[in-house]
Amino acid sequence: MQSDIKRLSLILLFAPFALWIALLIILPHMGMVVLSLREKVAPRVYEFGFGNYIDFINEPIYWNTLLRTGSMSILVTFLALLIGFPIAYYIAKIAGKRSRGALFLLCLIPLWVSDLIRAFGWILLLRETGVISSFLTDIGLIDQPIEFLYNDITVVIGLVYTVILFMIVPLVSTLDGMDNAMIEAGYNLGGNGFTVLRRIIVPYAMPGIVSGCIVVFMMTAGSYLTPILLGGKNSSWFTEQIYDQFITRFNWESGAAFGFLLLAFTSIVVWIGLRLTGQTLANTVAKS
Amino acid sequence: MNTATLTDPALEPAFDLECSNIHKSFGAVRAVDDVSFKIPKGSFFSILGPSGCGKTTLMRMIAGFEDPTSGDIQIKGKSVLNTPPNKRNVKMVFQHLALFPMMNVYENIAYGLRCIGTDKAEIDRKVKDVLERIALPDVADREIHQLSGGQKQRIAIARCMVMDPDVLLLDEPLGALDLKLREAMKIELKLLQHQFNTTFIYITHDQSEALVMSDHVAIMNEGRFEQIGRPEDLYHNPQTSFVAGFVGDSNRWSGRVTAQEGGEYRVETEAGLVMTSARAVGQGISSGKDVSIFVRPEFITARKTSSEGSSTAQNTLQGRVDSVLFNGANSRVLVRDPVGELIEADVVVTGGTEDLRAGDDVTLEWSAAQTMCFAV
Amino acid sequence: MASSTKNQAFLLGYRAYMAAFFIFLAAPLVAAGSFAFNDSLFPALPWQGFTLDWFFNDSEPKLGMFHDRRLLRGLYYSGVIGVMVSLLSVFVGTTNAFLFVRGNFPAKNFFYILMILPLVIPGVILGISILVMASNIANGVEDRFNLELEFLRPGILLVVFGQFSFVTTITSLVITARLKKFDTSLEEAALNLGASRAQVLRTVTLPFLRPAMIAAGIVAFLVSFENFNTTLFLVGSESPLTITMYDRMAKVGSTPVLNAVSFFLIVGSGLLALISVVIQRDPKS
Repeated sequence: MQSDIKRLSLILLFAPFALWIALLIILPHMGMVVLSLREKVAPRVYEFGFGNYIDFINEPIYWNTLLRTGSMSILVTFLALLIGFPIAYYIAKIAGKRSRGALFLLCLIPLWVSDLIRAFGWILLLRETGVISSFLTDIGLIDQPIEFLYNDITVVIGLVYTVILFMIVPLVSTLDGMDNAMIEAGYNLGGNGFTVLRRIIVPYAMPGIVSGCIVVFMMTAGSYLTPILLGGKNSSWFTEQIYDQFITRFNWESGAAFGFLLLAFTSIVVWIGLRLTGQTLANTVAKS
Repeated sequence: MNTATLTDPALEPAFDLECSNIHKSFGAVRAVDDVSFKIPKGSFFSILGPSGCGKTTLMRMIAGFEDPTSGDIQIKGKSVLNTPPNKRNVKMVFQHLALFPMMNVYENIAYGLRCIGTDKAEIDRKVKDVLERIALPDVADREIHQLSGGQKQRIAIARCMVMDPDVLLLDEPLGALDLKLREAMKIELKLLQHQFNTTFIYITHDQSEALVMSDHVAIMNEGRFEQIGRPEDLYHNPQTSFVAGFVGDSNRWSGRVTAQEGGEYRVETEAGLVMTSARAVGQGISSGKDVSIFVRPEFITARKTSSEGSSTAQNTLQGRVDSVLFNGANSRVLVRDPVGELIEADVVVTGGTEDLRAGDDVTLEWSAAQTMCFAV
Repeated sequence: MASSTKNQAFLLGYRAYMAAFFIFLAAPLVAAGSFAFNDSLFPALPWQGFTLDWFFNDSEPKLGMFHDRRLLRGLYYSGVIGVMVSLLSVFVGTTNAFLFVRGNFPAKNFFYILMILPLVIPGVILGISILVMASNIANGVEDRFNLELEFLRPGILLVVFGQFSFVTTITSLVITARLKKFDTSLEEAALNLGASRAQVLRTVTLPFLRPAMIAAGIVAFLVSFENFNTTLFLVGSESPLTITMYDRMAKVGSTPVLNAVSFFLIVGSGLLALISVVIQRDPKS
């Protein structure tokens, strides 16, 4: 009796989970892979084959874009870690009790504002007629307006801006759990600032670092708005290629292949990252 | 031993709770092993045992959170094995009290009454009544986190007592309190039990809690009941070496019987001490058998060897005071005996010049009647 | 002494770095929000004076956001989608929390990782994969039964599904964390006092989870409201606000009415986020 009820409730609890994962995650992705393996030989006539992937390899623009997206995403991830770590450390360890909550909230509020608005804000600041350019002309530092938009540096800055909060939040929560006595013990046993950072703080924060890096990398590689709006026509971001295939050219087969390639590529990078740091997905991303 | 029951003829035969041959296994582990007992109406019954002995499992079976593998549990003469936990009239005070943090005191106490559909006026009356009985008439509107530790304790009991249970289970509820409060709550619990006149079953690993409050105590070890009895019985007449060692302090040796004469046994410890015992417990103790020997510190007198005095005790030993453990009326000395072991003996420390000090040569004496032997 | 002055200087530098960072964080938001009040036809300097026209004016060329029918419709659709996503994802998040905290079944760790996965899949891919599957089903049904399943074509329902597919991971994690802190003896105590299983759930467990459920719902609503990547592929004729704004930006060029919308969203989502934080805070601490 009792065990029947337990089994029934387990099944009832499992059902929504299974429906969600199966219908919205697994089946669609399988469908995407299947679609990517279809070649159009004539209108409404398809054949099984790797043609879409062969097209990708044969067209340097495509795989250059993917490599560019990947390498810029790694750069953005690294910069976000470099900039974000001191911020997270300050919030978790140096700030007073009351200012800590306030600072953390300040970090969080832009998190809830759409990418679109943030990119829009950057456009207003950086474009030729934008705030910074006109300010610099007004004070006479430059003779004529400068266009800050549509170059790689701006894209990187915009991406770092968009994702850095996802780096800071997990870092703060892991550093917050660290006992201050560990740092003090490190100094007490003769370590200097650098060795304490390298041998105690960074290893302790590793799950948070890895978690932040995974989320940031995935978000960057999968981002669409920021590179398009800040990089303009020649931003060459891979998601743009996917959009192009799907919506503009209506070539779903090759769009699906590109989607799968992006997923495989980012997954491999994340997997290598997890391997190198000795972490698992469950004890990093799930915790933050 | 495991089927020990309380068969005091002076007590009424009406038992609030009766457990017979309870077994509980978790996989290969036997958590509770053939436990039987009866608890007479209105008594304070404690189950005392080290952690992991199965006492919590036993209590959870009585409350209905676990089902026994075999055996029967009867409340007021009726088996409750097929009664789900929410239909048993057995209420429980949890280890960390489990007061509902999202409800105030009134709602906590009224919770059970609301669940069984008591009407509002009746709930009001009963809650007010029980709050008065626990001497906290004004806390009804407080939030749980505004209460002190002792108040929470009493609210947890009131929440159960308002349901008028047949049996109240208490699962080490004093464990989380600090020492002073715990001492005060011991007395308070005893008084509350008298006032409600309900059967309390109290489980604990703290022997002083069990001995102070209980009418009867069951000593539990490795899933079995070692002995059931009044606190003073357990202390003075332990039936097993576990009880002798677990209840109260003892000097303990492993040894062997070397000679038997009438009711007296000569025993020799492994280290070579020889003593006489007039209290052999258990069957088959005879010459050549291995035994455990227990002597309580309060039955050993220590006096300076230099002082005059004649001894009538059967057991005497020469030794030297290793250290004095001053603790007011409970002070002790640790004496190094001839074979190099330490023996504890209670002493009176007056603060005068006659007090024992470390390095003094002393004579230890105790009677054969206070030297208990248990078959191994 | 020397080390303390060095520390002082270091701390000062550190504080300056923090300040610079927060200026960096705030700058685009301030820029996006403040031009809403500039009495000019373009969101750019110079400052022409303060106005609320971009919110409330009812005629061109300075049509305020509260009179712009397309923007209002976008806001409405965003709201509808957000509410549906947050209700659905809080429901599934709650059952997931019970499943993974209380349940005991084979390969639990594997399923747990499956649950986290949607969070790290790029939103673009979630969007296209759901689009592909829905279209496949709709086409198949159409070919075979000559039945047009309108709800499987891009539109509100697909947008809801697309956002739900990854928002549920977030709500599950938030609610799971809370349920892990739950002391199960509270449930036993309630049972012991005579409550039925359903009563225990209603009076003890769910009230305990309520703050986390509300906070998760707010988070889900905000994430849904601001989502662009997944929505882009699934959207039909009923565009939510972000898509409407993007179209406006790309095709018409930006006017300060977009700043007005930005200001409105920044303030609104800031307030909602604040509420969710306050709700989750323990009353005791």
